[in-house]
Amino acid sequence: MLAYIIKRTLAVIPVMAIVALIVFLILRLTPGDPAAIIAGDSATPEQIASMREAMGLNEPIYLQFLHWIGQLLQGDLGTSLLSGTSVNALIASRIWPTLYIALLTIVMSVLIAVPLGTIAAWRHGRLSDHIVMIISVAGFSVPAFVVGYIFIKIFAADLRWLPVQGYKDPALGFGEFLRHAILPALTLTTAYVALTARMTRASLLNVLGEDYIRTAHAKGVSEPRVLLQHGLRNAAVPILTVVGTGFAMLLSGVVVVESVFNIPGIGRLTIDAVMARDYPVIQGMILLTSGIYVLVNLAIDLAYTLFDPRIRY
Amino acid sequence: MGIHFKPGLRVQRLFAGQSTMRLVAAGMMVLTAGVAHAQEKTVTAVMHSGLRMLDPIVSTAHITRDHGYMVYDTLVAFDGDGVVQPQMASWEKSEDNLTYTFKLRDGLLFHDGAKVTAADAVASLERWGARDGAAKFLMAATDSIKATDETTITWKLKEPFPLLLDVLAKQSSVPAFIMPARVAATPADTAITEYVGSGPFEMVESDFQPGVKIVYKRFEDYKPREEAASGMAGGKVVNVDRVEWVSMPDPQTAINAIMTGEIDLIENAQIDLLPVLEASPDVTVEIRDKLGYQGFARMNFKHPPFDNVEIRRAAMTALGQEQVMATMIGNPDYYWLCGAIFGCDTPLGDETGSETLQAGGDKAKAREMLEAAGYDNTPVVIMQPTDIGAMGTVPVVVASELRDAGFNVDLQPMDWQTLVSRRASMNKPSEGGWNIFTSFASGVEANTPLVHPILPSTGDTGWFGWANDPELEALRADYLKATTPEQQKEIAHKIQARVMDNVIFVPLGNYAFVQVRSNKLTDMLPTPVPVFWNIKLAD
Repeated sequence: MLAYIIKRTLAVIPVMAIVALIVFLILRLTPGDPAAIIAGDSATPEQIASMREAMGLNEPIYLQFLHWIGQLLQGDLGTSLLSGTSVNALIASRIWPTLYIALLTIVMSVLIAVPLGTIAAWRHGRLSDHIVMIISVAGFSVPAFVVGYIFIKIFAADLRWLPVQGYKDPALGFGEFLRHAILPALTLTTAYVALTARMTRASLLNVLGEDYIRTAHAKGVSEPRVLLQHGLRNAAVPILTVVGTGFAMLLSGVVVVESVFNIPGIGRLTIDAVMARDYPVIQGMILLTSGIYVLVNLAIDLAYTLFDPRIRY
Repeated sequence: MGIHFKPGLRVQRLFAGQSTMRLVAAGMMVLTAGVAHAQEKTVTAVMHSGLRMLDPIVSTAHITRDHGYMVYDTLVAFDGDGVVQPQMASWEKSEDNLTYTFKLRDGLLFHDGAKVTAADAVASLERWGARDGAAKFLMAATDSIKATDETTITWKLKEPFPLLLDVLAKQSSVPAFIMPARVAATPADTAITEYVGSGPFEMVESDFQPGVKIVYKRFEDYKPREEAASGMAGGKVVNVDRVEWVSMPDPQTAINAIMTGEIDLIENAQIDLLPVLEASPDVTVEIRDKLGYQGFARMNFKHPPFDNVEIRRAAMTALGQEQVMATMIGNPDYYWLCGAIFGCDTPLGDETGSETLQAGGDKAKAREMLEAAGYDNTPVVIMQPTDIGAMGTVPVVVASELRDAGFNVDLQPMDWQTLVSRRASMNKPSEGGWNIFTSFASGVEANTPLVHPILPSTGDTGWFGWANDPELEALRADYLKATTPEQQKEIAHKIQARVMDNVIFVPLGNYAFVQVRSNKLTDMLPTPVPVFWNIKLAD
């Protein structure tokens, strides 16, 4: 197992190197000039030109790339062209809201979706199955911003139970964190419940048709035990894959929900950086996102062994 | 069932690491800090843009300028009547108009506790003078600026410069902010990294999140002037403890937040969302900056067809301000037709040459003019920004009007930053260049020939579009030498006529930023630059 982990971890390096090269080149080929953006709309061409020179944007691209790679090898993602803040510090300050809301979303999604999917599979073809599937299709089809606005209208604007927007770090009080995070997390949960419940149902239906389930029933094992221990456990691998990739997607930033609820997460950081052509921040965010995907996939692969002893690395 | 607990345990372990350490440690700090902050009065405002760039000399962005007025102070300032008044310094002028002596007032301190000295002011003025367009005129006429003692700045001119005080007091963009000499030693094209000023607010650096939030606290040692606040002059008395600017990318979120009392001010609300707020008893919808903004179309003088003045005139004749403003703003309460390049109802306001623009354009006449000019159907590339809300509609209207007049229009959608980059290209329109883009200028930075950003018409060194008009440049030079308001007005009239005749740019109508203010927030000054001194916040 350890050898496998080391091998997979080392495999990250060439992946990240290729990502770094592609990202760097694509950004330089995209129209846009960070110097013009910083100088502002009233700046003269002369002012912008002097900014470009001072910012090193007139250097040959290969020199800029080597400079950036040199920084990367020292663990330094560079400095934001706009704010002058270190990209490491920017990401460190913006990843927590995204991480906490992603965790809350995943926990709520799993707690709601797995029982729903299990009931749907158990009651396959009956009314409860249809209801769960209708909820799933609806949850997946309605755009997140619509769900978000509906929640804001009901719980924040009308009932005044929860704030409309903003984010509070849990370090400043878990209650306040929850008050601010619950609506965005619920909004995201709507879609993820739909996805996970459908996967749970499909996977469980597949397992419930196996011979060993019939054998368990024949041996007189109770229905809940058959369903949960024999069925759900064996159906867990695809569910785990969906939950894991969903978590990686959430960690990459959920721009719409972050905008609707004004959450300073990494989704907004990325979009703002793209709009402003803040190259070092965009490069840092894409590298981070790639790294998250690679590591979450590794974690999912390792987690398979918890549910299926036949899987060995 | 036990197997199901394992992932849960993994989650617990994840929480048990750094997050919980942060939670406990910060929680302890907050428990104690919370008591101190309990009685603080904090104004929370959603400004027109997120603040990312903190150097108000390097950037001409309005949000950076607004930040500058929080943290820094200026030697002199315009009052509410447009008259220059002492702010950090009073002045005397020699009889030959060649020497100005500024005397810093007592009690001026930087946020780090150091005294503001004449040497700080000189270093700041030199950096500003190397960067700002209007300041460069002044510096060209300057012989020397020296700190003759700790509180005296002696400014010697090579030739009289009647507008010296106006340039020093100008609000936008870039104002002559005073910084510590060590900060002002930063090259003028490199952003500063230390944010110490002597203004009425201190920036709380630890709370700054670029593009998301900036926090200011009252500078306790700031000594306001004794006069009442007026315009950007007078006593900058701060009645609140903290001001937080938060950015909200979704305009609807900001509307909801002010309705529920989570924020106190929206500097620029989206106009189509205003009906909800206008009915609310808890907020006031108002126009704070009466000068507003002027939309304009700029043509590229370097390439056909607009290298031909007759074709530029035909294009302007085809355009009507009402169509543009009605599409862009919609509600006539928030826009007005105005053909004056220096703004209507301003001392230099003059609408000469804008008759067809205000009459909705004259397509038939434009067609005739186009034919007479020998237009050969050269495509007109219009850049359309699609990501900046209502502004994106203006090029669509312009394109439609020009097509109706017989132009062959190629409307090209793009994001604003691509436009900003592409407008700097002098290539042919077919090779990555352009023929027309539209933008806007704020009234306060376009109300005199001295500060208007689009007027410089010196060819390749002028503003994007590269108009080359020696006659206009001569008029601008005359304006700098004018010594009386009457002379200034006369020259401004000639400039207006010249701009319209040579179609340096096309004024497309004026509109206002519509501010939404909680009724708890009062006494906000009606200044073009939003300022947070003088305001009061009820409990």
